[in-house]
Amino acid sequence: MTQESSHTMNATTAPTTGRPLLEVTDLEVSFHTQNGIVNAVRGVSFSLNAGESLAIVGESGSGKSTSATAIIDLLPGTGKVTGGSIRLDGTELVGISRAEMEAIRGSQIGYVPQDPMSNLNPVWNIGFQVMETLLANGIAKSRKEAEAKAIQVLQDAGLPDAGKRLRQYPHQFSGGMRQRALIGIGLSSQPKLLIADEPTSALDVTVQRVILDHLNTLTRELGTSVIFITHDLGLAAERAEKLVVMYRGQVVESGPSREILANPLHPYTQRLVAAAPSLASRRMQAVKSHENVAIAAPTAALDLTLIERAEQREEAATAASPIISLRDVTKQYKIRTGGFKTELFTAVDKVSFDVHPGTTTAIVGESGSGKSTIAKMVLKLEDVTAGNVLVDGTDVTAIRSAKDVLAFRRRVQPVFQDPYGTLDPLYNIAQTIAEPLVVHGVGTAKERTARVRELLDQVSLPVSTMSRYPNELSGGQRQRIAVARALALKPDVLVLDEAVSALDVLVQGQILNLLTELQSEMGLSYLFITHDLAVVRLVADSVCVMKSGQIVESATTDEVFDSPREQYTKDLLAAIPGAGIELGA
Amino acid sequence: MPNNDSRSPEHYVAPLDETPLLVIDKVDENAKPSNLWLDAWRSLRHSPIFWISSSMILFILFVGLFPFLFTNEPPNNKCDLDNSNGGPEAGHPFGFTKLGCDVFARVVYGAQPSLTVGITATLLVVIVGVILGALAGFYGGFFDTIISRVGDMFFAIPVVLGAIVLMQTLSGTRNALTVALILSIFAWPQVARITRGAVLSAKNSDYVTASIALGVTRFRVLMRHVLPNSLAPVIVVATVSLGTFIVAEATLSYLGVGLPSSVMSWGNDISQAQSSIRTAPQTLLYPAGALSLTVLSFLMLGDVVRDALDPKARAR
Repeated sequence: MTQESSHTMNATTAPTTGRPLLEVTDLEVSFHTQNGIVNAVRGVSFSLNAGESLAIVGESGSGKSTSATAIIDLLPGTGKVTGGSIRLDGTELVGISRAEMEAIRGSQIGYVPQDPMSNLNPVWNIGFQVMETLLANGIAKSRKEAEAKAIQVLQDAGLPDAGKRLRQYPHQFSGGMRQRALIGIGLSSQPKLLIADEPTSALDVTVQRVILDHLNTLTRELGTSVIFITHDLGLAAERAEKLVVMYRGQVVESGPSREILANPLHPYTQRLVAAAPSLASRRMQAVKSHENVAIAAPTAALDLTLIERAEQREEAATAASPIISLRDVTKQYKIRTGGFKTELFTAVDKVSFDVHPGTTTAIVGESGSGKSTIAKMVLKLEDVTAGNVLVDGTDVTAIRSAKDVLAFRRRVQPVFQDPYGTLDPLYNIAQTIAEPLVVHGVGTAKERTARVRELLDQVSLPVSTMSRYPNELSGGQRQRIAVARALALKPDVLVLDEAVSALDVLVQGQILNLLTELQSEMGLSYLFITHDLAVVRLVADSVCVMKSGQIVESATTDEVFDSPREQYTKDLLAAIPGAGIELGA
Repeated sequence: MPNNDSRSPEHYVAPLDETPLLVIDKVDENAKPSNLWLDAWRSLRHSPIFWISSSMILFILFVGLFPFLFTNEPPNNKCDLDNSNGGPEAGHPFGFTKLGCDVFARVVYGAQPSLTVGITATLLVVIVGVILGALAGFYGGFFDTIISRVGDMFFAIPVVLGAIVLMQTLSGTRNALTVALILSIFAWPQVARITRGAVLSAKNSDYVTASIALGVTRFRVLMRHVLPNSLAPVIVVATVSLGTFIVAEATLSYLGVGLPSSVMSWGNDISQAQSSIRTAPQTLLYPAGALSLTVLSFLMLGDVVRDALDPKARAR
């Protein structure tokens, strides 16, 4: 890694005449909204030399994407550059005509969008879409030439059998393949600058790593400068030499990545560095193996307690009998294969594991691994095809009478992923949290109100939230409400299905902190479903790694992180962004 | 302002007083409370079209309920053939019909049957459509197939055509209620379809799954979470179709298969006016104008309500 980056540094010094490739100074972007003008980007300045890579890091709404899309004049809606300058190779880009910008887009600045699923037109084959770019940018003169070039582009993008792939349509490509094609399109005219807007956040971690590695190789070969837009500080530091940290439309800190990680000076960056799970997990790993850690120690109290607690986990021995126990659980779905034929699809295949009282068991896996199906079966929202799901010794499938089901529901409660869908938009917060109490006939109206206040206090929200509606709250706040609702009946087990995955890092840290606090206060057991191993490191006592419906590895968190047995687990661990960051002197 | 010469990758830090930190994820306790209906109301409140259309509707409803406040002319008693097709004169601002009846009085009294048909048919359609659509969407499977296919069969028949055929057989018992009933027989599938779609999307929300996991029964989930979240599009369709039912009633009456000619309704008046359109245009103009204004009011209301209930359509 170090050798590679020094190599790039040398390469960059050659062509430049002291002038940076891209120079953004005092950029101002504003949007017209119903409530007046909103300044989304205020006085942003950064610069990038040829061949360098730069990452703009920030939470959602920090203006990171807006700054990047302003460079190629692709601002959404009413967005407008209202001040400052953007110079590419000395040429001013602010205020140039649409035709001039179109000539620059593609040929000089390439763009890789965020969502590979919606950024390829489903009605045209891949070849057409690549050739369109080549012809539009004058890279190829004739269709024949374009086709030959298109094959080359896809090959370079790492798609095997490119000649055949040209005739295929986007739906025949996996997410990773689509993103490769998009990167290929973005780089097809060998632009000087490539803007990658969260290029891999929609992909599985292992795919993410391969794609980023490949992007890295390609841009280094071509000498292309890259701007990454990302919310993941670990990924940013690993993939870019320079960091620009944005907060509420302003740059709060910028400079060499390693230096910022090692010595964040702005309080916001300090918070961010402390809260990033990928970095925290890396830090814990380093401490264990007595490495000399160059990443700043956590400063925010928030994360310190989280890590301390995580480190003390091993002491919490698990002697009691399991509260949840899965024995050879299998779930099969019938899927229609056209006509009246159906085929059996095994989503979960003979899975066995235990959750001990007061501990957290994480189930980690990529999309389609069957981890959410397990959550649904434990919650008795899906039937079990074969095997047993035991909750405190009782087989869940055997619970049939309405009264017993109700009693079961009281003990096992879920928190879901999407904070925007988890609360009924027509119920205010008090009604939402009180619903379980009403359904189970707990207490009088007055007692229920008291309990709602108590629960809001437990999830650290002010009592005034009671009269609010979900759409007035942020994602993190909604997730707190979801936790409060789940806790209303004083359950033994919470099933957290990607409960923090959709949240910004700092908010995620807060919720994780809240969850660990609640666990130690109430002795809750968590079944923690996630795709993010870094988060697992912070909260889980034991881990089950799932792949295609089966558990490939199951052990304590420390065992999995220190000495993974299976190759798949090793791949997952290596794919945690930031894992490749050099530590030590 | 940041003034870093980042030609050399120097470590730049913004001054803290220019980039103050906020408490992470703080609840804004001063914000105005809002939800779908409150937001819709705020948007409606500023819409002139909403105020115009709703005050017109209120006025028409008032006329329909208390016609005697607007004219002291008992409408059918005082028809005098001497006044046949007469123009406006003092006390009779709209002139007279062929039979010498006061047009103004007839228009005022004609509001009631038209509105009765419109409102009753809309209520019936909404009740039947919402119940069937919600059951089909929520329980799915066999139930859904039956309801959807039966709905499709009715949907294929044009409302007016179906109503003409059925009304023919009811020659003895034609009144506002039977007209409304017949119209709703052919109009319910539209509401059922819309409800079904809205229910389908609402039932897959996490809050529904969360409620089931809380132990709420399926029926209660449907009533308390799914249905309330599916009603917005139904309200829009209901407002618009109220207007179209009034038109349908007029059409049927014009064709002689709607309300009996003894009932004063705009449709009947238009029908009777056709023989004297050239000599006495007022006999057609006023009932037709009243009909158009009423329908227009409901259509406009439906339009603004749709925009208010759809956050995407609302001006940003």
